Amino acid sequence: MSDRKKAVGVETIGMTMRFGAFTALDDVSIKVPAGSFHALLGENGAGKSTLVKCMMGFYHPTAGDILVDRREVAITSPKDASALGLGMVYQHFTLVPSLTGAENLVIAREKVPGIIDWRKERAALAQFMQRMPFKLPLDVKVAELAAGEKQKLEIIKQLYLGRSFLVLDEPTSVLTPGEAQEVLGLVRGMTKAGDLTVLMISHKFHEVTAFADDITVLRKGRLTGTGKVSELSHKRMAAMMIGDQPIAALDSRAPVPVGARQILTVKALKAPDRTGLKTIHIGALDVKSGEIVGVAGISGNGQKEFLEVLAGQRARDAGDVLVKGSPYGASRAEARTLNVRFIPEEPLRNACAPRMTVAENMAFRTFDLNEAGKPINWIKMSAIRDYAARLVEHFKVKTASLASPISSLSGGNVQRAVLARELTGEVDLLIVSNPCFGLDFSAVAEIRARIMKARNAGAAVLLMSEDLDELLELSDRIFVMSDGALVYETPIAQASVQTIGEHMAGHH
Amino acid sequence: MDSTEIGLWGVPLAMLGGAIRVSTPFIFVSLGEAITERSGRINLGLEGTLVFGAMTAYAVAVMTGSPWLGLLAAAAAGLCFGLFHGWICKFRGVNDIAIGIALMLFGSGLAFFFGKPFIQPSAPDLPAIPFGGWSDVPQVQAALNVNVLFLIGAALAVFLWWAFRNTRAGLILRVVGDSSDAARAMGLNPNTVRLLATGLGGALAGIGGAYLSLYYPGSWTEGISSGQGLMAVALVIFARWNPLGCFAAALLFGGAGALGPALQSVGVTQGYYLFYAAPYILTLIIMIATSSPSRSLAGAPGELSITK
Repeated sequence: MSDRKKAVGVETIGMTMRFGAFTALDDVSIKVPAGSFHALLGENGAGKSTLVKCMMGFYHPTAGDILVDRREVAITSPKDASALGLGMVYQHFTLVPSLTGAENLVIAREKVPGIIDWRKERAALAQFMQRMPFKLPLDVKVAELAAGEKQKLEIIKQLYLGRSFLVLDEPTSVLTPGEAQEVLGLVRGMTKAGDLTVLMISHKFHEVTAFADDITVLRKGRLTGTGKVSELSHKRMAAMMIGDQPIAALDSRAPVPVGARQILTVKALKAPDRTGLKTIHIGALDVKSGEIVGVAGISGNGQKEFLEVLAGQRARDAGDVLVKGSPYGASRAEARTLNVRFIPEEPLRNACAPRMTVAENMAFRTFDLNEAGKPINWIKMSAIRDYAARLVEHFKVKTASLASPISSLSGGNVQRAVLARELTGEVDLLIVSNPCFGLDFSAVAEIRARIMKARNAGAAVLLMSEDLDELLELSDRIFVMSDGALVYETPIAQASVQTIGEHMAGHH
Repeated sequence: MDSTEIGLWGVPLAMLGGAIRVSTPFIFVSLGEAITERSGRINLGLEGTLVFGAMTAYAVAVMTGSPWLGLLAAAAAGLCFGLFHGWICKFRGVNDIAIGIALMLFGSGLAFFFGKPFIQPSAPDLPAIPFGGWSDVPQVQAALNVNVLFLIGAALAVFLWWAFRNTRAGLILRVVGDSSDAARAMGLNPNTVRLLATGLGGALAGIGGAYLSLYYPGSWTEGISSGQGLMAVALVIFARWNPLGCFAAALLFGGAGALGPALQSVGVTQGYYLFYAAPYILTLIIMIATSSPSRSLAGAPGELSITK
């Protein structure tokens, strides 16, 4: 904990992992020399997490060896891995939210005294923090830290525990561009100084190019490429990752017609946030027909609450939400007459009944209407099935059958099914949140293309996303939400990542 | 001197005395429940544990002549109930609340079954310390006659408050209660921690039961606990899982519970039954006042099934 160990190098030889008949990892050998910054690239399900979980002792590989500092070692549990100085920072935080930073660090240690002498511990921590490249408040509950601070604390925790080889699993997915630069820059500095070796799982090419020395690419459990970052282009990396499957192309952006009708108007909206201690306050927001308005922001700055108000999941204290000039309270009848459609984040949880069938889920908007759109009393299962069969074909949803529960589908196909339901019929207003989170390349491209198509067909789209690249690709205008308010607006032509990032971080 | 001489002053005085007397079982049960809930589990069976503890303590005290042995036996019985709850709950698909309700009925039923022969005989009381010697007003003396268990309970509340942040065991308990995943990543077994926490909670509830039968009211009857074990669970929630808060809330409940008898003693003859309901009304009022439709409960352990 206190003595700084030197970086260690790790190598795997012929790593193979089978789960029953399924081969998740097939003969993968990678080499991460001491003091290097190595990036591991691949689509969802390519075997990246399986590989690192084998290295960390969570899985026992079917075949293959691990070498630490060129010596063969047996890692049968996470404990073995940590004894060798191998540590992992997960995509989802493993800090305990109700404990302070200091408490989190001390309790994670191997040996903790029965009674903790906080004066002594604090002094030791202060000394340790002096050697660290980042400054952090350690006396604040982790729940109150910003995402970037949590991520830094996760890394600090690993260093405090004496790890000198770190696996970072998509470490910047919850950070602003500025924070990402800072954290990766500092980690990069430590590898250059020879104190740390890093294996980073990522799918952001610009980060890989800026910080990594070498890359390894996996696809469907196989190693498909490796090399020095300086010798590879983004295009080459993408080809290694996705192979030769076709990628849906984005429709070209039709210009927003002059005098396009204003569809969504939000005025002086106030609502409590989820802690009840703060309020979110949306001064004015409007979305016109045929444009995509993006809302950027780090998670936890009120976007989720704003969305919940629009979706009718959260009561508002004050303000108006108007759709095509009439007040909108998110009731089923209003959504139907005003043609409002909604694609929330984590669609399986927020837009589906997971155990109901694919067909039933796809009929949620229409099951109680007949072909003419009039309410019916008796529901025809055959009509629901026929309707779903048409949508499944049209939107290329991959499902074993229409009668299988929607929770058995992969993330991308759940999202396709929800898109099919929401984008069929007349759409005047489409509210979308993080539509591509956790999906693979081809699904992402297709879903973005569908949203663009809806826009070009005249829908007003409000898109909230934590992925700045997605917003820059799709939006006509971008708002930045920070601390519960819209703090910045820019048309896409003048948008700069730098300025948006500064507003996201709350200092400008 | 008689009660009319100090007149209406008798009411706050009797409430103070009542707060100290009536609150003790609340203190123990709520501290026990606070430990259990901090580990991420809820044990509703403490009502049954309380009643069984009361019966066990009384029976052992009658047979051995020692109230302290009775107290120990009650704690041991409570520990067994707690461990049983903790052990069952580790299996997949078992709901801690349902098991708690089953154990509540089981504990009471078992206590009535074994306790029948002990309704008649009388057991020695737990000792009390007279802090009211300086006054010659009998009401003051009565109010300040403080049982040792109350003092132990107060000390325990302070100790737990300190231990939750300053000991390894306290921190581990909070880690497990807040995030099973984080606990597993640290190499802790959440089930073991919860088993021990539920066991400890049960033992404390057993001690609360011993107080009921061995001091106040001081005899074993089937109606000995009027839902104190259940109310203590509610009490933990609005004490925000803080041991000092539990202590204060228990005192408040004790005081409210003493309102009815106190009014009766100063000669109020009408409507005092309504004041007997004071603790329950207080529960409702505090629950409503401290909850909100739009905000989640602050300070709740993340793994607790009722707040998830």
